[in-house]
This record gives sequence, C-alpha cells and structure tokens, in this order.
Amino acid sequence: MTPAWNSTRWLLSHTPGSKVQARLGRIYMGWLTFRSNPIGMTGLVIVALLVAVAILAPWLSEHTPFTQSLPDRLRPPSHDHWFGTDELGRDIFSRIVHGTRITLLIVCLVVIVAAPLGLVVGSVSGYFGGWLDIVAMRITDIVLAFPRLILALAFVAALGPGLENAVIAIAVTAWPPYARIARAETMTIRHSDFINAARLQGATHFRVITCHVFPMCASSLIIRVSLDMAGIILTAAGLGFLGLGAQPPAPEWGAMVSSGRQFMLDQWWVAAIPGLAILIVSLGFNLLGDGLRDVLDPRSH
Amino acid sequence: MLIVENLRIQFPTAAGVVEAVQDVSFSVGREKLGIVGESGSGKTMTGRALMRLVPAPGLVTARRMSLEGIDLLSASERQMRAIRGRRLAMVLQDSRYALNPVMPVGQQIAEVSQTHTGANAKQAQHRTLEMLEAVHIRDPERVQRVYPHELSGGMGQRVMIAMMLCAEPDYLILDEPTSALDATTRVQVLAVLDELISRRGMGVIFISHDLNLVASFCDRVSVMFAGRIVEHCVASELHLATHPYSRGLLAALPRIHDHQSRLPVMVRDPAWGAASDGAA
Amino acid sequence: MITVEELRVDFRRGEDILNAVAGITFHVTAGESYGLVGESGSGKSSVLLALSGLAKEWSGTIQIAGETPTERRSMDFCRSVQMVFQDPFGSLHPKHTVDSILSEPLSIHGLGDISDRVSAALTEIGLDQSFRFRYPHQLSGGQRQRIAIARALILAPKVILLDEPTSALDVSVQAEILNLLSDIRDRRGLTFVLVSHDLAVVAHMCSRFGVMHLGELVEEMTVERLRTGEPEHPFTRQLIAAARGYEPATS
Repeated sequence: MTPAWNSTRWLLSHTPGSKVQARLGRIYMGWLTFRSNPIGMTGLVIVALLVAVAILAPWLSEHTPFTQSLPDRLRPPSHDHWFGTDELGRDIFSRIVHGTRITLLIVCLVVIVAAPLGLVVGSVSGYFGGWLDIVAMRITDIVLAFPRLILALAFVAALGPGLENAVIAIAVTAWPPYARIARAETMTIRHSDFINAARLQGATHFRVITCHVFPMCASSLIIRVSLDMAGIILTAAGLGFLGLGAQPPAPEWGAMVSSGRQFMLDQWWVAAIPGLAILIVSLGFNLLGDGLRDVLDPRSH
Repeated sequence: MLIVENLRIQFPTAAGVVEAVQDVSFSVGREKLGIVGESGSGKTMTGRALMRLVPAPGLVTARRMSLEGIDLLSASERQMRAIRGRRLAMVLQDSRYALNPVMPVGQQIAEVSQTHTGANAKQAQHRTLEMLEAVHIRDPERVQRVYPHELSGGMGQRVMIAMMLCAEPDYLILDEPTSALDATTRVQVLAVLDELISRRGMGVIFISHDLNLVASFCDRVSVMFAGRIVEHCVASELHLATHPYSRGLLAALPRIHDHQSRLPVMVRDPAWGAASDGAA
Repeated sequence: MITVEELRVDFRRGEDILNAVAGITFHVTAGESYGLVGESGSGKSSVLLALSGLAKEWSGTIQIAGETPTERRSMDFCRSVQMVFQDPFGSLHPKHTVDSILSEPLSIHGLGDISDRVSAALTEIGLDQSFRFRYPHQLSGGQRQRIAIARALILAPKVILLDEPTSALDVSVQAEILNLLSDIRDRRGLTFVLVSHDLAVVAHMCSRFGVMHLGELVEEMTVERLRTGEPEHPFTRQLIAAARGYEPATS
C-alpha cells in the first residue's frame, strides 16, 4: 500500500467526504484524460518549460540581456554564446530567456483582461436577450470586423507605443470571440430547468449568472483562450516587430526578429532564433488548447 | 426463423469489462416477440447486435445468431448490407434522429425502395405514396415533400415505419417505437403496425420498457434484467409471471382502477443477474 | 390554497403568438393533491409555468399561497411554492455538487445551520450522507430526482408543483419516487399540483384531477369517480383506453 495508491483512491472515490475532495477528484479525472493525450501533453510540457524558464531566467543566463559588447557583435552560436550575439553584441540566449517573461506577462495580462470581459458581456447579453443582446452583439460584430493586428495597431498608434499599451490594445481586440462563445453557451442553457429551479428559489439574476451561467461557459472559454494564446503571442510579436510593443532595449521576441531582419542573410541566427522561440511557444499553446478541448469539451465525448 | 443462442455483448472500459448482454437466447418465427426490461437491461443492445450495429468497442459473441439459415455472426459487411433493411429492419426510438434532416421524407423513402427492390425512380415514387398511405398518413402527396423537422412526433414515427416497411423486410426490430409518442397516438401507430405485420406475415421483435404495451401487443414476452433474460412467457399471461423481477415490475405499476396507498418497491436480488438463464 | 380563474397563457414565437392555455379555471384546497392530465401540447405544463411565475405572458387570475405569481417572485413566494421538474438530468446543475445544490436555496434565503439542514434533507429523501459531495453525473436518474425533490423541500414550502416527476424514470424507480412523494406529502401536509401524461400516475397520487386537451380543461373529476363511473368527455375515455395498452382491432 503505497501512499500514491492511497491518494489515487482518495481522489477517485465515489463518495467524496468534502467539497475539496469532490473538486480535486473531478480535476484528477480530467488530468487522467488529459494525460492520455500525447498532443496535449506535448503542449503542456512546452508551456511548463516556458513558465519555468521565465521564473528561472536570471539563473539560466550567464550574461545579462542588456550588456552590450560591440567587439563581440553578430557572433555565430558558440560555446560562449549558445545562440550567438546580436548587432550590439548582446547574448541572444540571455535575451530569449528573459524575453519569456515579457511574452508570459503580455499573454497573462491580455487573458486577465479579455477573458472576464468577454465572459461578462457574452453571458449577460445571452441571459437577458432583447435589446441588450442586440446592442452588445453589434458592438462585438464591429470589433470582430477589423483584422486583429490592424485594430491593435490603431489603438497603439492612438495610445502611443509601449508594453502596457500593447497589452491594452490586444485585450481590446481579443474579447469579442470570448463574448460570442459565452453568449452561445448561455443561450443553450438559459431556459434549462436548473436555471429555472434557481430562479424559483429566489436567486437574483446576478446570482444566476455568476453561480450558474459562468461555470457552464468556463470550459469552452478555457479551450478558446488557450488556443488564442498563440494568436496573442503573435500579435504581441507583430507589434514588437513594428516597433509599437515593448520598447528597446527590452528583449521582446518580435522586436528581436525585427532588428535581426537586416542581417538575415549573413547572420541568420539573430532573427531566426527569436522567430523559432515564437513558433515553439505558439505551437505549445495550440497543442495545449487541443488537449484541453478533449478533456473539457462536452461535445467531444 | 431468427435464432439467437447464447448471445453475449461485452464492452471493455478503463474500469474493466462491462457485460452488457449475457447468455441471451431466443427465436422468432412469424410472430411478435416482446423484450421488456428497464434501462440498462441490454434490450436495445440485443436488437443492435442482430443488425450487427453494436458500436465499437463492443464485442459480440454467440453460439449461434442466424436469420433463415444465414449466419449473422460471420456474414461479411457486404452481405449485411443486403440483409439490413431488406430482410431485417430496425425502427429506432426517436425518428427525429434517424431521418436525414436535409432531405424530404418522400425522397428518403424512395431511396430505400430503390436500393432494396431495384425499382426505378417512378416506381419508387409510386411506392412511397403507397407506403405513406399504408401507415395512415392522410395527405401523402404533401407529406412526402416535407422535411423531418416539420413532422410531429407521431407522423415522424409513421414515416420511419413506412420507410422500414417499404423494403418489405421479413423481420422487423422495433426499439421503443412509440415511447416518444402520446398515449392516444401510440395506440394509432401500433394499430397501423399491427395491420401491416399481420398482412405481410412478418416476424417482429418489440423492445420496450412498457409492460402493458408489450403484453397487449405481442404474442410472447421475454423479460430482461441486467443483460440476461430472466423469464419467457406468453404475452397474455404476463400477469402470471413467476420470476420475482417480472413480478416486481408488474407490481410497481400504478393502476387506475384499484387504489394502493403505497406501491410495492422492488428489492433487487443480485442473484437474478447471476442465475442461469431461467428460461422456460 | 390555489385559485386559477380564466387562465390564458400565450407564448410569443417570433411574430406568432401561440395560445397554450385557453382560459381554464380550477381550485385546489390546502393539503389536496390535484392532477392535470393531458398529452404533449395540451397546455398542462404551461399552467404549471404560470403557477410558478416562470411564464411571462398570462392573463386571468392566479392566487397561490396567498400571492399572485409574477416574474419578480417575492422571497415569501419562493418559500411557499417550489417545483420539481421532469428531466432529472436537466434540472441539476452539472457542475455543482449535491451539497452546493442543496445549500444554495438556504444561502439565498439567509437561513443558518446550512450543513445540518442539508444533511437532514438528504436523510428525509432516503439518501445517506455519502451522496453529499457527489456530482449529478455520479448519480442514477432516481437519485437525481430525489435530490431535485430535496432541493424543492429544503425551504419548507407549502405547495409543490410537480412537472412529470417520474416520466423519465424506469417503472421500479417511479414507484420509489411516487412513494417518497406521498410519504413527504403526508408528513408535511403539502399541497401538490401534479402534471402528467400518465393517467395511472395521476390516479395513484391525486384525489382530484383535470383532463386537458388542446389548451382547455375538458373534464374535472375525482379519482373515485374515475374508478366507479364513466367519464363524460370522449377524450378522457380515449386516455383511459390508451392506458390499458394496445387493443387489437376486433375485425
């Protein structure tokens, strides 16, 4: 009787003894499904690595990302500089490693702003319907009608370049799909008996939406958000590339690709390495989203 | 004769093998056999196994499963296609899911008669109208142009029956054909079915949870519990059933004409599921 | 306890207005169990929706537990009228545990001793405490319906509206649930309004019932009269004949 066996039995118990055990058991069941999905696991490993690198950045990099050394500029990958150096002689490996923090920061901030915003707009308009729904959905349509990067560009142009403004711009363009999803989920359940039962018990609209509607939207939203993270990273990199995102000397991957592009033919690593980083991380989030869909999407079972 | 001996259906799952149907044997001639049981008793799976439509990863084994001498277990998928519909047809519980939603129902029925009887388009069209009339649809000209979602439950079920009957199968499996219908519509649909069955001399397996219905519609009844047939009896003598499960089911039905303050509750005995086939 | 006079219920579907209930009148005294029988589309469920205040558009008079149900239910109304729905799979929130399903009404109404009341409610409906932290998908249909009944009872209402409470269940489970409902009714002196398509279920549970057909109440009778006399309306006779099962044509 190993402890692991015991804890598994505790988690899979059909008669959980507390709210916590019930919830953990549910999560564990999801984890078992997720674990059996190699694609999702690959995504999870990549994302976990990204987070680990972001946390351990100062210890992983021998050089600082900002120290310039003009004599060492544009060195190819070597034992000293694993990924080579850029046009100012900065160590690209250190910059990539520190860049993970910026990437994660942008992704997290955008998600923290956009997902709840979309959830609230979508579930409220789906729940009440009527003119409120019409107005909210037309606004959503308007935002959706613009290509995301163009709209983000317009916002940054108005607000001025910088990391915070890039986050705001991306968040503003990211919420409408979430609102659409939340609304669709809400519409399918708003006349269901469990909502009717809650209303008969005297639950206020606020309570029904927060306690009953939100949990039903959560799964689809989580799937969509994790699939969207790749898009967010790309948009952020795009803004950085155009010089409208994180400002120099911050080691933002998009900006690094941008500055490396003039040396593309002779010193390929300056642009290719951050490009590759963007690719792998976007891919990681996409795979993770795919795996989560298999676990969370009720329609896939 | 449709003969089933020692049918067994297993579903391997993460938690182990689930025995959906065990050791089920019966035979049907030109008669109406009812299979009654509660949800999860394996009655629907039994019907599906005959059509070789048990969903993966279900595993079907039997000592014998044959239709007029054709071995259904070893028949190739190609042979099965010729058997399904033409010799052995199945009417499903809810016609709304069984009909193609984007094709007018008349066209769907015509398609069946074209594939199974080799009729040309004109003959098939003619036959469609005939069949719709046979299931007592009042305005077949109109109904054949209608899409499934425009039909009421009773009409949909009749269309489904017309479609299955138009290939003139020798044997018909009816899986809860009327449980989606109102009581009064149910009686009408059953009358239509009964008339067609006796006129064509078909063999019928009627799968249902409704004891009264099975007892009044069928000739013989098999009661299923936990994947096994626990009792065979003559339909008109279902009320004389001896197995405690059959007795429990009968007693649990509320009755209009005699009042009981409490309904007898069945205490399930695990031994019923493990017992030998118990067949008479 | 319940007075319904000239109740009309309409549903708006796009441009069309569908008349579900066309002016029906009935009364239910306190402690009585009243049934409404009819087929799908007869308007019986719409009557229940109007009684519970969930129907938006109705006209006529409804008095239930001394109040007229409106969309904005008063807290008192919620405490005196509760409902049990047809589909035990759809009436419990799939992501809430039994515990949170049962404690929610208590916290909405600011009642104390939530934990004790929840465990008492489970005992009353015949489930032991091990069910408390399960999710609906871990329960059978009958167990779910018991939980739905517990949720309706936990605010100690006077009236319970039952919308086909056993039609999704197997015969043997139906018997258990019907027994449970009659026990609770006798113990608590509840008033029931039971809607069903099954005449036998209504005859078993109720003392009086109305037969609904195409939005109208075509006949109202006591269960004794159903057993002894012949019903007057042809539709009622059809229902009784259909309940007996299938009768082959004599030809």
